[in-house]
Amino acid sequence: MALSIAVAMAGAACTDDASERDTVVLWAMGTEAEVADQLLDGFRAEHPTIPVRVQALPWSAAHEKLLTAFVGDSMPDVFQLGNTWVPELAMLGALEPLDDRIEASTLVTRSDYFEGSLVPNELEGRLLALPWYVDTRLLFYRRDLLEQVGVTDAPRTWEEWRVAMKRVRDAAPKTGADSRYGVFLPIEEWQTPVILSLQQGAQLLRDDDSYGNFRSPEVRRAVEFYVGLFRSDLAPQKSDAQVANIYREFAAGYFAYFVTGPWNLAELSKRLPTELADAWATAPMPAPSGPAPVVSVPEVPVPGVSVPGVSVSGGASLAISATSTRKDSAWKLVEYLSSTPMQVRFYSQSGDLPPRRSAWQAPELANDPRTQAFRTQLDHLASTPKIPEWERIAAKMKLHLERIVRGDASVDEALAELDADVDAILAKRRALRGKA
Amino acid sequence: MQRSTTHSIAGWTLAGPALLVITTFFFVPVVASLLLSVTDFDIYAVADLSVLRFVGFDNYWALLSDSLFWRAMRNTFYFVAVGGPLSIAASLGAALLVDARVARFKGMFRTVFFLPVTTTIVAVAVVWRYLYHPRYGLLNQAMIAIGFEPIDWLGDPAWSMPAIILMAVWKNFGFNMIVLLAGLQGIPERLYEAASLDGAGPWRRFTAITLPMLAPTLGFVTLLTAVGYFQFFAEPYVMTQGGPAGSTRSVVLLMYEEGFRWWNLGRAAAAAFLLFLVILAATMLGFWARRGGWSAQGTGR
Repeated sequence: MALSIAVAMAGAACTDDASERDTVVLWAMGTEAEVADQLLDGFRAEHPTIPVRVQALPWSAAHEKLLTAFVGDSMPDVFQLGNTWVPELAMLGALEPLDDRIEASTLVTRSDYFEGSLVPNELEGRLLALPWYVDTRLLFYRRDLLEQVGVTDAPRTWEEWRVAMKRVRDAAPKTGADSRYGVFLPIEEWQTPVILSLQQGAQLLRDDDSYGNFRSPEVRRAVEFYVGLFRSDLAPQKSDAQVANIYREFAAGYFAYFVTGPWNLAELSKRLPTELADAWATAPMPAPSGPAPVVSVPEVPVPGVSVPGVSVSGGASLAISATSTRKDSAWKLVEYLSSTPMQVRFYSQSGDLPPRRSAWQAPELANDPRTQAFRTQLDHLASTPKIPEWERIAAKMKLHLERIVRGDASVDEALAELDADVDAILAKRRALRGKA
Repeated sequence: MQRSTTHSIAGWTLAGPALLVITTFFFVPVVASLLLSVTDFDIYAVADLSVLRFVGFDNYWALLSDSLFWRAMRNTFYFVAVGGPLSIAASLGAALLVDARVARFKGMFRTVFFLPVTTTIVAVAVVWRYLYHPRYGLLNQAMIAIGFEPIDWLGDPAWSMPAIILMAVWKNFGFNMIVLLAGLQGIPERLYEAASLDGAGPWRRFTAITLPMLAPTLGFVTLLTAVGYFQFFAEPYVMTQGGPAGSTRSVVLLMYEEGFRWWNLGRAAAAAFLLFLVILAATMLGFWARRGGWSAQGTGR
């Protein structure tokens, strides 16, 4: 263990070298690092005096590495930053505010960005990172299976969705190899219950994010709907890992819907057998009927499309380190990668969805009905609480929801315990706020 | 007086470098983490050290009342209780085979069995992940070939720990084998000859000569293995990240996550000390059992 930490530290430390004092270093994760490196050919031609080096980090270690780099004072100039990590690094003072630079830029226009994609990057009125790509989650479904049971449209409300799932479930044998479920909801994922709660207009935390608010009626309604899908046997009670291969199960018709993100557009095209190439589709999230959801983003009705429910605003941004000595060069790099043509190229090479409306006019994005569902959803995003503790809270939420689904606790018990756990996590935050 | 001062100067000069190294790299970190474990050092303290608070034993109580910590403890004990004996049995078996009079190419086998020990755990884990792959893995292909249902080794919470234990045993048995081999070679041949003349068969010779003569070595090997296995981390870190459903999260992995994922260094340091107490208790138990074993042997003679 000590060894692996030492290795991580050594890796973080050796980014600088006297001979390359002027090099702008970009840390990026996984595929994005590979694609960024390819996109930089144009930048190198435009700015021959600004050497750039891309360093790839694995997603699984990126968060640790950024924090270690901050503590060890060896931050890169520019780095890719997962949306949920922004509050943490902002609190550390590691991020350079970008508002003035964007104001002065000709390549980047703030109003061109989906409002929901900017929200996670804004803290105390300042934009601390520029969205690079957006992830959100919505419905992926087997159109052919639903048509067999007479469902031709994507569900617009929870009730329509539930009825469609029930028809699918009832039309197939209940058990055995041919059994079929309405939806697959991996029990270790917190995203779907959070989306449902946000759709209800839930404030997940209260009193300025200093206490858990999971016993609120909004969260309860969402959790009851979510748990109800397992109770009424519309969703199999399995973890992601137990369904050995989600693509194979989707192809086999084990379930009709699942809630997932844009990365699966490419995966499904690649992995499903050719005869199923047209059998699946995507749709924006259905909305709860009943009280109209109060969302943090103004709803822009799209002509011909019903107003969907909100979904979470995920993705990653580009940030400039507050301690960088090459901020102007670093900004040129961020600007270049965020320009509309580069956003389109970035999409075609990585499949990551652009956060800029202008990029969505490119034919490869505009003409694909599956990505267009995401286009609609991007106007309906909501943000999870913007505090450093959020990921820990989400981990606790997952734990307690799993207990409800497995029948180890009632909804009331589990949500009360979740609130208690969250209050404990937020104790330090409350203490600091009391002092300030 | 003069002489003793000179002596002590010489003594300190000779011992100084070693003491300095031990102090810097052992005592200071241990004391620092002990101090850390009674504070709430977290991400806020990284930003501003003035918000650091003394919290007494709160970190310890919080861990002891956390179901995740107990789950990690159970996983760790599972690994030690199943993986430890298996590992030692495999080492002993391999040592006996390599040491057997009829064995040929002893040097080669010794090297081959020792190779996994010298390979880095990350490389080993990557290869084993392929072996365990639910569809393309060699292991499942073999199981299908002989008519068994394939197992999702690393994806099924019931199988993930056995899978990790199997890999750890394979990776580690070579080291103990070498130690046991040295122990075996130290047993005088005449004892076996005498036993043979008295009519003892191979099993009797094993239980009446090999095992008792090997007892000190076995005790040493057991202790070392237990201490090492209590701290298992790299296997789940590389192969499963503690999943599925937390079934392979060890105490050290939990500590790592608390410390470097959530940046709760106070909590992580407390977890380290709790694990230290467990290992200390297990070691004391081991010593006590060995002393008991020896005295029993003494009265028997």
